[in-house]
Amino acid sequence: MYRQMVRIRTFEDNANQLYLSAKMPGLTHMYSGEEAVAVGICEALTDADRITSTHRGHGHCVAKGAEFKAMFCELLGKAEGYCRGKGGSMHIADQSHGNLGANAIVGGSMGIATGSALRAKLLGQDDVTVCFFGDGATAQGLMYEVMNMAALWKLPVIYACENNGYSEYTRTEEIAAGSITARAEAFGIEAHQVDGQDVLAVNALTQELVARARKGEGPFFLELMTYRYHGHHVGDINREYYRSKSEEKDWKENRDPIIRFRGFLVSEGIATEDEIEAMNAEIARDAAEAVAYAEKAPYPPAHEVDMHVFAD
Amino acid sequence: MREITLSQAVNEALREEMRRDPTVFVLGEDVAEAGTPFKVLSGLVEEFGTARVIDTPISEPGFVGMAVGAAMTGARPVVDLMFGDFIYLVMDQLCNQAAKQHYMSGGKLTVPMVLRTNLGATRRSAAQHSQSLQALVAHIPGLKVALPSSAYEAKGLMKTAIRDNNPVVIFEDKLMYQDKAPVPEEEYLIPFGQANVLRQGADITLIGTSSMVQVALKAAVLLEKDGIEAEVIDPRTIVPLDEARLLESVRKTSRAIVIDEGHQSYGVTAEIASRLNEKAFYHLDAPVLRMGAMDVPVPFSPALEDLTVPTPEAVAANARKLCAGELIHAA
Ligand SMILES: Cc1ncc(C[n+]2csc(CCOP(=O)(O)OP(=O)(O)O)c2C)c(N)n1
Repeated sequence: MYRQMVRIRTFEDNANQLYLSAKMPGLTHMYSGEEAVAVGICEALTDADRITSTHRGHGHCVAKGAEFKAMFCELLGKAEGYCRGKGGSMHIADQSHGNLGANAIVGGSMGIATGSALRAKLLGQDDVTVCFFGDGATAQGLMYEVMNMAALWKLPVIYACENNGYSEYTRTEEIAAGSITARAEAFGIEAHQVDGQDVLAVNALTQELVARARKGEGPFFLELMTYRYHGHHVGDINREYYRSKSEEKDWKENRDPIIRFRGFLVSEGIATEDEIEAMNAEIARDAAEAVAYAEKAPYPPAHEVDMHVFAD
Repeated sequence: MREITLSQAVNEALREEMRRDPTVFVLGEDVAEAGTPFKVLSGLVEEFGTARVIDTPISEPGFVGMAVGAAMTGARPVVDLMFGDFIYLVMDQLCNQAAKQHYMSGGKLTVPMVLRTNLGATRRSAAQHSQSLQALVAHIPGLKVALPSSAYEAKGLMKTAIRDNNPVVIFEDKLMYQDKAPVPEEEYLIPFGQANVLRQGADITLIGTSSMVQVALKAAVLLEKDGIEAEVIDPRTIVPLDEARLLESVRKTSRAIVIDEGHQSYGVTAEIASRLNEKAFYHLDAPVLRMGAMDVPVPFSPALEDLTVPTPEAVAANARKLCAGELIHAA
C-alpha cells in the first residue's frame, strides 16, 4: 500500500511538471493528498472488481493497477495510451484492471457503477463495484435515484465519497445541507465516515464491506475525509480567496497519508528508512522513464480519428 | 402468413432474444406485471421472472445510467423508456455516457444496450407526450437509431438492436402498437443500414420514416390517379443511413420528398434532403423537399393537433407540384 501511495504521488508530480512545461494538452486535476483513499479501497479489490472514477481520476487508475507508461501516453494523447489517446486525463479507463473509466461529468458515473453491480447480481457473479465521487457530486440527483435502487435490490456496490472539503472553489458547507452520510442512511444504506488520510483504517473497513457486499449485504456508503494539496485543477494557482495557505500547510505537514504510513512502517519495524528511500527512488526512476517514453511515443495516426465511434 | 400486431412483434423479439441469451434483460417502469402502459411486454415476467424483467422506480436517469454500466460489464439491457419525451431527462446518460464510452476508451469499452421508446403525435396527448425526438439522438455520434414502420420491421429491427454491440435507440410509433402485419414464424433479423423499397416508381421518391412510411404509401396511391408513379422508401435506420439506396432512387426519379414526424427545422428531413442535394444535384429536376412536423409544441385540441403533422394529402399535393415543375419552398 505504501508503494501504491508513493506511485500516485510520483505520478502526479510528473503530470504536474508535464502540464506546467506545456507538454501536456488539456485540463487535469491532481489527486495528491488523497492517496490513502484510492489505495486503501483498491487494495481491498481484485481485478474482477470494478471501479468508476472521476475527473480527479489518476489516483484511482494507478491504485487499481494501471501502468505508468500507458497512463502517461494517454495524458499526452499518444497512440499507446490506455485509450489510444482518445480519452486523456479526464477519461482514462483501464478495462484490464476493472477501471471503467474517469468521467468528466460530475456525478456522471453513479449510474454506471450501480449498473455494473446490477449486472453482477443478475449474472450471478460475485464481484463488487466501487463508485468514487467527490462531495460536490452529492448534489447531483442521479445519486439519489441509484442509491434508492441499489438499496431496494441489495446490489454489491460501495459509494465512496471523497470529501476533500471543496467542490471546485466552494466549501462543502456551502453546497451540502445536513450530513452526507445521513443521505445514504435515509435509503437504509449502512454508511461510515472514515479518516481518509489513514490508509490502514480505509483498507480494513473496505475489506470488511467488500466481503459483506459479495454475500449480498450491500450496498454501502463511505464518506472519506481527505484533502487535495493542489488547486482544483492545475491552473488553479491563486486560491487564497477560497482557502488559506495555513490550512494547506497544516494538512500537508500534519496529516499527510504517506508520511503517516511511513512512520508507522518504520516504528513497527516493517521497513527501514533505507528500504523506503530505495523504494521511493525506484518509483521515481520508473516514472521518469515512463515520461521520457511517452514524450517520444507517436501520436495516433490520422485514420484513427473516425475509428471506434461504433463497435463492430 | 400469420398477422400480428406491432406490440406482439416487439414482445416476440424480446422473448426470443431473452431465451437465446441469458445476459439480455429488461429494465423500466411498470415493465413486469403491468407489461408497460402499452402492454407491449405482457407475459415476459411470467416466463423470465422479476430478476430479468425489472420494475424500476420513476428514475429515468438512474436506470438508463444503470443500463450503461450493466452493458459495459457484460450484460445486454433493454431499457423501456415509457415516452420518447422523457429522453430529455436521460440525455447525460445516453449522450455523454453511453454514446461516448467506446470512442473515449479507444475501442476498449462497449455499451451493447437498447433504449426502446416511442414517438408520434395525433394521440391527443398534448405537448409533453407527443414528441418525435429521433433527430436529437441521431445527432450524437455513437448512437444508432432505428425507426420501425410495421410489426414486421419492429421485430426484425429489435432483434438486431439487441445483438448490436452499440447503444441503439428504437422509436416505436405510439399509434401503431395495434397495427397488424404479416410476420413470419421463423426467425429473421433486419440488418441496420439497409433501406426497404416498398414501392417502385419512376417519377418521384418519397422517403418516409416510421408511421410516415404509411403516409408516403397513401400519398403514392393518391398520386397514381394523376398518373404519377411514386417510389416509396423506408430507411429503417437513420443511423446508419442507407445513403446509397436513397441516392440510387433519386437518380432514377430526379425528385424527392423526405417525410418524418420530428419538427421540420434542423431535423431528420433536413439531413437526408441535404445529402441528396449534395450527392445527386445534377440528377435532380427540383430541390428535395422536406416535410416534418410544424415547429410548434404539439397542441392538445384535435382541431389543431392534426394540422401539425404531414398527411398523405399534403404529401401528394407537394409531389404534384414538384412533378409539374413548380418551385415550392419547404416550410
Ligand atoms: C455536471 C457537471 N457540472 C459541473 C462541472 C464542472 N466541475 C468539474 S469538477 C467540479 C467540482 C467537483 O467537486 P467534487 O465532486 O467535490 O470533486 P473534487 O473536485 O473535490 O474531487 C465541477 C463543478 C462538471 N464537470 N460536470
